[in-house]
Amino acid sequence: MVGTELQSRRVARAQSAGDTDGLALRDVRRVFVHGRTELVALDGLTLAARGGEVLAVVGPSGCGKSTLLELVCGLQRPDGGSVRSAPAVLMPQRDLLLPWLSAVENASLALRIAGRSRSAASTSASALFEELGLDGFQDARPHELSGGMRQRVAFVRTLLAGKPVLCLDEPFGALDAITRAEMQDWLAGALAREPRTVLLVTHDVEEAVLLADRVAILSPRPGRVLDVLATEIPRPRTRTDPAVVGLRERALRALADGARG
Amino acid sequence: MRARALALAPAALTVVLLLGAWEAYVQIAGVEEAVLPAPHAVASTLWSDRSLIAHNFAVTAEEVVLGLALALAGGLALAVTVHLLPWARRAVYPLLVGSQAVPVPVIGVLLVFWWGFGLLPKLAVIALICFFPVVVTTVDGLAAVDPEQRKLLRTLDASRWQAFRLGELPAALPAALSGTRIALAVGVIGAFIAETTTPTSGAYPGLGREILSDVNFQTSRAYAGTAVLFAFAIACFYALALVERRVAPWSIQRREEPR
Ligand SMILES: Nc1ncnc2c1ncn2[C@@H]1O[C@H](COP(=O)(O)OP(=O)(O)OP(=O)(O)O)[C@@H](O)[C@H]1O
Ligand SMILES: [Mg+2]
Repeated sequence: MVGTELQSRRVARAQSAGDTDGLALRDVRRVFVHGRTELVALDGLTLAARGGEVLAVVGPSGCGKSTLLELVCGLQRPDGGSVRSAPAVLMPQRDLLLPWLSAVENASLALRIAGRSRSAASTSASALFEELGLDGFQDARPHELSGGMRQRVAFVRTLLAGKPVLCLDEPFGALDAITRAEMQDWLAGALAREPRTVLLVTHDVEEAVLLADRVAILSPRPGRVLDVLATEIPRPRTRTDPAVVGLRERALRALADGARG
Repeated sequence: MRARALALAPAALTVVLLLGAWEAYVQIAGVEEAVLPAPHAVASTLWSDRSLIAHNFAVTAEEVVLGLALALAGGLALAVTVHLLPWARRAVYPLLVGSQAVPVPVIGVLLVFWWGFGLLPKLAVIALICFFPVVVTTVDGLAAVDPEQRKLLRTLDASRWQAFRLGELPAALPAALSGTRIALAVGVIGAFIAETTTPTSGAYPGLGREILSDVNFQTSRAYAGTAVLFAFAIACFYALALVERRVAPWSIQRREEPR
């Protein structure tokens, strides 16, 4: 019940936030030049997310999902079409923790960059460390952490950047099934408390259906949007909910159809 | 501590074996001391002439340390400039490579005319020899930074300077330290070149010049001086390893990871 209440509050807030926190890609094309051959990563991709909306993106490997996120974050420019977005931060597919910083220093990197003192930055990160089961590892070096822990540190780093749009590139890919489920619950809860616009790239269709308001399905390269499924399932959602299972099957079928061309 | 001592054992054993073989060869073949002094003769000269050797060594050690410091300061500053300003790279890098073809001893002699008999021309010669490996490894280290890491710092809104300080600089530190190790190795021979090509007015000319003047009639003293330089190079190398452990512990951890 609490979940539904949070959900309605979240929708209200998302609407009040309006489109200032949203993003829109129109007819985007992105081409990489490899020597003499051209590789078209994205072609005619149109996609938009409202402020506060969680939009999942699923698609076959190499279809341009990471490229799409970098375009939204302004790390790449499109070769055609237009990209508009509120300030967005990227959580890259590889965790990219800096080996010369401790876990907590990595997590609070954005705060340090924004000019906060080392101790103030670490304090802010430490609260999230506790919530994500990283307590006690604040001073560990990245190479001393497991893959799943590194990913969670990278996740904290992304949250603390304080941008309205989060671009998450397979944020839970390196986690075991149990931790992944915990992290998904935690993310759902955190977004309910503090809505953000989320572009969630994932290989896991179930994760997309559990977390997202809508699921965009991309074609094989060159990537474009084949279909967008609205989830419209009340939160909190469970894996076994028939609505979740049904939508997961629909999404998988759409992906398979896309792969067949 | 015990592990540390054990780690040194192979090197110590090698030295003992080499010295033993050398001693045996001189004794059995009956080589004259003026041609090849036996280790025991070198050791006794090292002891009897310790004051002369120590004074000359102090001169050389000062030259190496100051010359290397000069090379490091200049080399790092140049590397950072070349990295941050692409046009500076195009303007300066070719000259840098060319500078290594200049016959350094000639420069040393010219600098003596210019700056006199003091320490300065010698430091310039040493620094000129040492700074090239520092610049090249540091520039390469800075350029080899993972482009994904640059993107990460950009998405966290780092300014150019912050990206440099938080990302590129620490990433390039291990490479810069490798360059420093090479610089150190050539620095000792650089001091020899500096001493033997630029005249001095000091009371002691330095170990390099001393060795050169001993080699004809005081062979065992030339060997004793060389042994001191040998030990000095090793000591400097390990001192640098200690520095690396402090300033770039992550690079050591990465190297020590089991394969
Ligand atoms: N910087 C680049 N230079 C050249 N080609 C690139 C570059 N970045 C991506 N590509 C190419 O563009 C295509 C899309 O890459 P992208 O990383 O966006 O795929 P993806 O959907 O994220 O794949 P995955 O699911 O495996 O992570 C790939 O074929 C890739 O080889
Ligand atoms: Mg990807």
